[in-house]
Amino acid sequence: MKKIIEGSLALAEAVKLCRPHVVSAYPITPQTHIVENLAQMVADGELKCEFVNTESEFGAASVVLGASAAGARAFSASSSQGLLLMAEVLFNIAGMRLPVVLACANRSVSAPINIWNDQQDAAALRDAGLIQFFAEDNQEVHDMIIQAYKICENPEICLPALVNLDGFILTHAFEPVEVCDQKLVDEFLPPYRPANYLSVDKPMTFGALFEPTWYQETRYRIQQTMEEAKPLIEEVSKDFEKTFGRFSGGLLEKYRMENADTVFVSMGSVVGTIKDAVDELRKGGEKAGVLKVRVFRPFPTEAITEALEGVKNVIVMEKMISLGAGGILASEIKNAFYKNPQAPDVSNFIFGLGGRDIPLESILEAYTKAKKQKNRDVFVDLRKEALEVTY
Amino acid sequence: MSKPVGIVTKPGSSKVNKTGSWRTTRPVFLHKNCNDCRICVMVCPDGVIFGSDSSYDADLDYCKGCGICARECPTDDIEMVLEVK
Amino acid sequence: MADKTKRKEKPPVVESLLAPGHRACAGCGEALAARLIMDAAGSNTIVATTTGCLEVFSTPYPESAWKVAWIHSLFENSSAVAAGIEVGLRALGRGAGINIIAQGGDGATADIGIGCLSGMFERGHNILYICYDNEAYMNTGVQRSGLTPFDSHTSTSPSGSVSWGNPTEKKPLPQIAAAHGIPYVAVATASYYVDLQNKVKKALSIKGPKYLQVHSPCPLGWAYKPEDTIEIGRLAVLTGLYPIYEMENGEVTKVRKLGKKRLPVEAYLKPQGRFRHLFAKPEGKEEIRRIQKIADGNIERFGLV
Repeated sequence: MKKIIEGSLALAEAVKLCRPHVVSAYPITPQTHIVENLAQMVADGELKCEFVNTESEFGAASVVLGASAAGARAFSASSSQGLLLMAEVLFNIAGMRLPVVLACANRSVSAPINIWNDQQDAAALRDAGLIQFFAEDNQEVHDMIIQAYKICENPEICLPALVNLDGFILTHAFEPVEVCDQKLVDEFLPPYRPANYLSVDKPMTFGALFEPTWYQETRYRIQQTMEEAKPLIEEVSKDFEKTFGRFSGGLLEKYRMENADTVFVSMGSVVGTIKDAVDELRKGGEKAGVLKVRVFRPFPTEAITEALEGVKNVIVMEKMISLGAGGILASEIKNAFYKNPQAPDVSNFIFGLGGRDIPLESILEAYTKAKKQKNRDVFVDLRKEALEVTY
Repeated sequence: MSKPVGIVTKPGSSKVNKTGSWRTTRPVFLHKNCNDCRICVMVCPDGVIFGSDSSYDADLDYCKGCGICARECPTDDIEMVLEVK
Repeated sequence: MADKTKRKEKPPVVESLLAPGHRACAGCGEALAARLIMDAAGSNTIVATTTGCLEVFSTPYPESAWKVAWIHSLFENSSAVAAGIEVGLRALGRGAGINIIAQGGDGATADIGIGCLSGMFERGHNILYICYDNEAYMNTGVQRSGLTPFDSHTSTSPSGSVSWGNPTEKKPLPQIAAAHGIPYVAVATASYYVDLQNKVKKALSIKGPKYLQVHSPCPLGWAYKPEDTIEIGRLAVLTGLYPIYEMENGEVTKVRKLGKKRLPVEAYLKPQGRFRHLFAKPEGKEEIRRIQKIADGNIERFGLV
């Protein structure tokens, strides 16, 4: 049923449809509407689950860890500082191979404190072993949650997932969303049946001490699983289309890439603006296109190199940065083309940090810059007054 | 390939580790003054004292030789002797 | 030799729910306490444990000494993980009659994990939290924690030419727990093992959050001979330095009185290397006096004499 709802509610509706047993909540702007919506659904008897208001995000993540280990389907959400506080637990959940799904309302990280959108929070967790999705619009937000549970709970996967939606830009924006039908979701997503869980009938020890003779293989296994997740993610998106009658999902999305010689690569809601920029450029005769990266972890190396085959210039625009190194998405794209004789020219632009607005003009400017000064990493739209601040 | 790890499915599998090899002294149960109080059974940190009917002994595969049983026995029926190989 | 004809039914030999073969030090008070607690709780129990001695010595993969369902996550979150298990089981309709225990050392409970602990208490989960109090971060080499006693030598509160060791008194964790309004709080010791098991059974019969602090003598960290574990723990109680008692709904309901058995604090301090520095210099007598005052305070406060 189509509703005009904000991203937070689209996400909450999806969580409800997945019939979680346990939802843990700790508020942080701009995630709060997600947990508030879920709380109201529980209070009205629409969502029958255990809803736990914890004492911190660390507690919230620990609660879903325990619930998942006991065999329950669990969900939590956070943002920025909260996600960082959960970090220790999220590494733990991934290492323990528990299929918890979390949402992150992407927000900048302190210091300085800033409550607006960028993707540094998710980037900080990229090594943790969580499958990471980035939504472009509220429909994707909704669909990604449902597909995430199916992917994660697959017995060959058993890894947690982080569904990222840009804070305020998606969480608080109203868009038309096709809310999935409960019966179809039940068909698509069967109940969670883990092979191993805490049980008094079959007692097992979870979380043993792994000495050097045993540890390394656990990391190898997660890395292997991440590789195996790539084709599975594509498969699940096809299942989704079969069940719900519309396509949504997959590792990437190509926009106007036929005969494109210059392609923008980006993640999240800004892709919408970039698509508009490409429409402008195409009108002016430029052969531009957009490659949206929907799944950041596992990094879809093969799919990306295939999609960008024949492309001369790649413009990576990202809302994350590895301080001391540079753009993260850009370096991973460059890495994907290592020793590839057809490697395109890659320009890296970092923008939108701290919620800085990204007007269409900035993207067109980036296009022009990229065509002129190739392979030069640049911060977009730096403000003179802000640069001249003395503390 | 992707089976979850970090889960030990064999409860009590620590028993493969024969900690008896650690000790330098060993308890000898005299079976002379025992009054079946079972304090030795209770106070063993590793839970390796077994028996009944005034006839108790330590499982020497695991006994670490801490000496608590001998120390706590109210009738002095347990003696710690040097483990000599 | 006892008269066999007067003997009652022989108790059966039962293997503990914490199996041997684990790597606890010889004479470990915490291993003893854990074994007794598991046996008192029974096999219908799920346990969440923090990082620390207990977890490290009992689960070196692929071995595990635990015969109950057991999980270790992180250092500070056994209470929150247990909370997740409790609500998860309830949502799955599988929780009826299952004991859920969260446990951790003094560092994990009083310091790094106090936030999660407080949250678990405040939300009213039906969980028994057990704090194994060996009075320092033992597994990492005897560093000072919030429950390290006054003037105790640890590696991060060492005695030295200008220091008497740990300068603060123990964080009053049982009182902090009780202040949350939870139905049952108790303090026990591995040395009074029957009392310990009784308190575990009683706690598990009560609905809601419960806190049990168990004094766990550590031969390595406290520097005494392993065979003296039970004796040392007894002396802690008999000097009044570690009163053992129960609190129900915030009120102290039962204490272990000392009466004529009461001893001066020297009896407890002298046999332990961690207090050796108090006896090395004549100025140490003043410190011992201060420790005696702490004991006197406990005795008065809890009516132990």
